[in-house]
Amino acid sequence: MESARPKLRFDLAVIASWITPGAHVLDLGCGRGDLLAWLKEHKNIHGTGIEQDQEKAAACIEQGLTVLQGDLKDEVQDYPDGYFDVVILSQTLQQVYQPDELLKSLARIGKQVIVSFPNFSHYSIRLQLLFKGQAPKSRQLPYSWYDTPNIRIITLEDFRRFSKEVGYTIVKECAINTHDQDRSGRIVSLFSNLRATYGVFLIEKT
Amino acid sequence: MLRVTKEYFTCSGDEEKQLLDSGLSLGPVTVAYETCGSLNEAGDNAILICHAFSGDSHVAGIYEDGPDDQPPGWWDCMVGPGKGIDTERYFVICCNILGSCMGSTGPSSTNPETGKPYGLDFPMVTIGDMVNAQKKVLDHLGINKLHSVIGGSVGGMQVLEWCVRYPQMLRSAIPIATTMRHSALAIAFNEVARQAIMADPNWNKGDYYNKNDPDLGLAVARMIGHITYLSDEAMRRKFGRNLQDKEDFSFNFDADFQVESYLHYQGIKFAKRFDANSVLYITKAADYFDLADTTNTRESLQDLAGSHSKFLVISYSSDWLYPTYQAKELVQALKRTGQDVSFCEIEADCGHDAFLIPDDRLTKLIRGFLNGISTSQTAI
Repeated sequence: MESARPKLRFDLAVIASWITPGAHVLDLGCGRGDLLAWLKEHKNIHGTGIEQDQEKAAACIEQGLTVLQGDLKDEVQDYPDGYFDVVILSQTLQQVYQPDELLKSLARIGKQVIVSFPNFSHYSIRLQLLFKGQAPKSRQLPYSWYDTPNIRIITLEDFRRFSKEVGYTIVKECAINTHDQDRSGRIVSLFSNLRATYGVFLIEKT
Repeated sequence: MLRVTKEYFTCSGDEEKQLLDSGLSLGPVTVAYETCGSLNEAGDNAILICHAFSGDSHVAGIYEDGPDDQPPGWWDCMVGPGKGIDTERYFVICCNILGSCMGSTGPSSTNPETGKPYGLDFPMVTIGDMVNAQKKVLDHLGINKLHSVIGGSVGGMQVLEWCVRYPQMLRSAIPIATTMRHSALAIAFNEVARQAIMADPNWNKGDYYNKNDPDLGLAVARMIGHITYLSDEAMRRKFGRNLQDKEDFSFNFDADFQVESYLHYQGIKFAKRFDANSVLYITKAADYFDLADTTNTRESLQDLAGSHSKFLVISYSSDWLYPTYQAKELVQALKRTGQDVSFCEIEADCGHDAFLIPDDRLTKLIRGFLNGISTSQTAI
């Protein structure tokens, strides 16, 4: 059955390819529910989303998705232990105030966690800092230092260390090169910390 | 315009009176109800709508046999052909609650033992008792599965009672602007309303039928209620400090301000249509409502573990009677028992009553949520 829904953003398509059919999935910061709706349609998942923005949360509910409007650090509480097979934290980690606390909460409610974030060590960012001496901007990180919601600067290498420190094992990782809203992109295998614009990790409690 | 008829179902006669949560029993029990749309062959497209404290079974449309200028039902903006709750798809039922005075058995009904109105001899009823009476109507109509049960305020409490008492009957539930336990603030307002009625000399310990009604006390009770249904912002926007039909203060105790005049008008209007004893009984039922209590309540939300209905919880940002934090407590309790729950707080400045005011956002939420309920979804 051909869907009327537009193709998924490239980074979301990578995440979607890692989800097992029929899984219980929690999508943190689910926006307008693009990923959840796709997974529901194509992989028959039981999905729940959390979204702070009232208008976006309402747009999800109107499509028949299960979504809680609220702050993700509060909303991940209260679920029974191991309630979700997978928790997705897509493009949100860099905006979280206490990422270590959040990942610990996720370890309780989810069996696996998928995290994706813009890679701050991409060569274009390094070059901007080196030659211009200014806080870098890119299509993935378009904000100025004073108005950015991205309060965390993360690189692929930083995340590998961090995930171990908070008690996770990396099951799978994928470095990708794609732009913000792009439906296409490619996987980067060589010198990923330098060449990838985004990292996607599947992690599991050790 | 949708045309409807008020119908009555009487059950729980002498042999089988309805056993109430208080341990007393009541019978016979009449429930006034209205339906819109038609039940499909599978008997599974029914939606039960539960009305709020002073509402009635007249949820939508106009009466077949009513006058030309009659007002439509209380949720006509939401319920009807092509509306948020589409009566071309769903069979909608709304029952007047037990203890009310709009057609169902309540304190103003005739006590079969005395041949006179019950008055205070009417036994105390709970929200759960109201739900049990509604269940009998659904049985009578041959409905054994509800696509959804929907209601705001005291109607939302009935929705939650439905969820804990008859989970196997429900595919989904939409509690709106409500709480899972009545707060001290809400009990306090109700108690002031009750005291206002009981302080009226005409009240006469509830025995005033065919005599002078306690209209003044009842009007004051309604004025208090109206304050809780509005909000600081709504009152500022609607009335401010505007004077009513005058240029300057009267320097006496006449209604100088528009807000005073509005409350007086609402109080008098309500006293003409509602029974004071019903206010006492229904407010008390709301005060007893506590689904978080596992010792004094027969069923609590914990009993939902193992059942899997879909929930949509909705609150309003300026509701100070059942504020958003109470809706979130409900959401948390539902999450703990593993329910499939969605939540949305609608930004609106009109206070608790917002759910009765036409708002496209609520309509779209309800329509979309109902669409997303699979007909194969069954509570386990």
